[in-house]
Amino acid sequence: MAGTLTAGLLLLADSRLPSGGHGHSGGVEALVERGLIATTADLEVFLDGRLRTSGTVPAAAAAAACGLAAHPDREPEPDWASWDEAVSARTPSAALRAASRAQGAALLRTVTLAWPGPAVEALRALGGVHHPLVLGVAAAAAGGTPLDAAGLALHHMIGGACTAAVRLLGLDPLAVAAVAARAGRRAEAVARTAGDAAAAAVADADPALLPGESSPLHDVLAQLHDSSEATLFAS
Amino acid sequence: MHRDDAFDLMTAHPPLAAGPAGPLRVGIGGPVGGGKTALVAALCKALGSELSIVVVTNDIYTTEDADFLRRHGVLPDERIRAVRTGCCPHTAIRDDITANLDAVEDLVARHDPDLVLVESGGDNLTATFSYGLVHAQIFVLDVAGGDKVPRKGGPGVTRSDLLVINKIDLAPLVGADLDVMRGDAEKVRDGRPTVLVSLRDQPDAAPIAEWITTQVRTRRAG
Ligand SMILES: Nc1nc2c(ncn2[C@@H]2O[C@H](COP(=O)(O)OP(=O)(O)OP(=O)(O)O)[C@@H](O)[C@H]2O)c(=O)[nH]1
Ligand SMILES: [Mg+2]
Repeated sequence: MAGTLTAGLLLLADSRLPSGGHGHSGGVEALVERGLIATTADLEVFLDGRLRTSGTVPAAAAAAACGLAAHPDREPEPDWASWDEAVSARTPSAALRAASRAQGAALLRTVTLAWPGPAVEALRALGGVHHPLVLGVAAAAAGGTPLDAAGLALHHMIGGACTAAVRLLGLDPLAVAAVAARAGRRAEAVARTAGDAAAAAVADADPALLPGESSPLHDVLAQLHDSSEATLFAS
Repeated sequence: MHRDDAFDLMTAHPPLAAGPAGPLRVGIGGPVGGGKTALVAALCKALGSELSIVVVTNDIYTTEDADFLRRHGVLPDERIRAVRTGCCPHTAIRDDITANLDAVEDLVARHDPDLVLVESGGDNLTATFSYGLVHAQIFVLDVAGGDKVPRKGGPGVTRSDLLVINKIDLAPLVGADLDVMRGDAEKVRDGRPTVLVSLRDQPDAAPIAEWITTQVRTRRAG
């Protein structure tokens, strides 16, 4: 089924939806601090790398969660804990795991009120679930497909980094919007790949089939950022 | 020196019936350097023996306010949480309160306090707390910011539950007219209380501590 842009999906895509995202830079602050991102062009290169590597992990996790939640009468019920563990296993930085869990909890507060349902309740019961799983479940409740969920995960990855870069560096927000638009086009292919992997994992009820790409520099900087005293963003 | 402890606490608007469950949560906002942390420290000292207090800070560089409170020994470490706001202190207290809610709820679960103080990062006159996060809010202005500030208004000045005009000891030095400040504030505050203090000269923040005590009591009774 082709994705449909429901009002719910538009809300989920909106960075103004309370979800804790504004306090996270997606790794940009650590790079800016070290002079590794200084311009709009740097930001674009960074985003390209992120999307192709560690971008697939949240995208596939969100797509899988959406696929799992879309069939509430699925038997047996999804083992959400094992999917959550799979995300942890693919997030080697403890700081990034904590950031993902914090944003998952934040989004879950809003989702619980806006799109209540059995899958949302299951995540609440589990507690401290990773952000992409909450996003995927919310996408399903908002009428979205797994591909939509993967797209949302990448959209937020791009949006969070772009917003942080504008705030930290005073980049031209219009130029950064153009970067985001180009990155968004590149993200479509990543979302499709992630969606396919997620579909296979869901079909086999096997979270181990989720993709596991990573960006080592991103992980290392996240740890350094976390132990740094003077930071504006939580990650 | 102009002192003003005598405002009618009972005309303070009643604490909100709605809003989050649990202990009274009071937001403390206002422009940079107005004395928010000084007020938090004063309240912890003044009320610490009768109330169990926890504090959430939202400074731009996380640990600044929290460190101050630790250094001055007004609260043990484990009763302070710092929230990072991603260059957007007003977002964290108004539009997306989730990180602050996490911090508040965690402190409440650990310490079962009577009072939660949430200090906003220093911001501008338009920054106010969401009542999804706090039950009542105090807005702190600095006399040295100029006596025109209350006239400028903004939601902090007009709608806060208690307006504190701090650093009245500096009024003669900066040529600020306190009567003008009070008059301009009262014009737009629709009966909500305003208090003029110097936290330097009145380190017990007596009128504000009294206001908080009333709020805690009313909430308990309600
Ligand atoms: N003269 C004078 N100085 C004061 C008074 N109250 C606070 N200060 C000083 O004003 C400065 C700023 O006070 P803080 O309490 O840090 O202000 P703040 O609102 O928490 O500042 P930010 O968190 O940075 O926005 C400190 O140096 C205080 O000692 C006062 O009543 N009179
Ligand atoms: Mg302060």
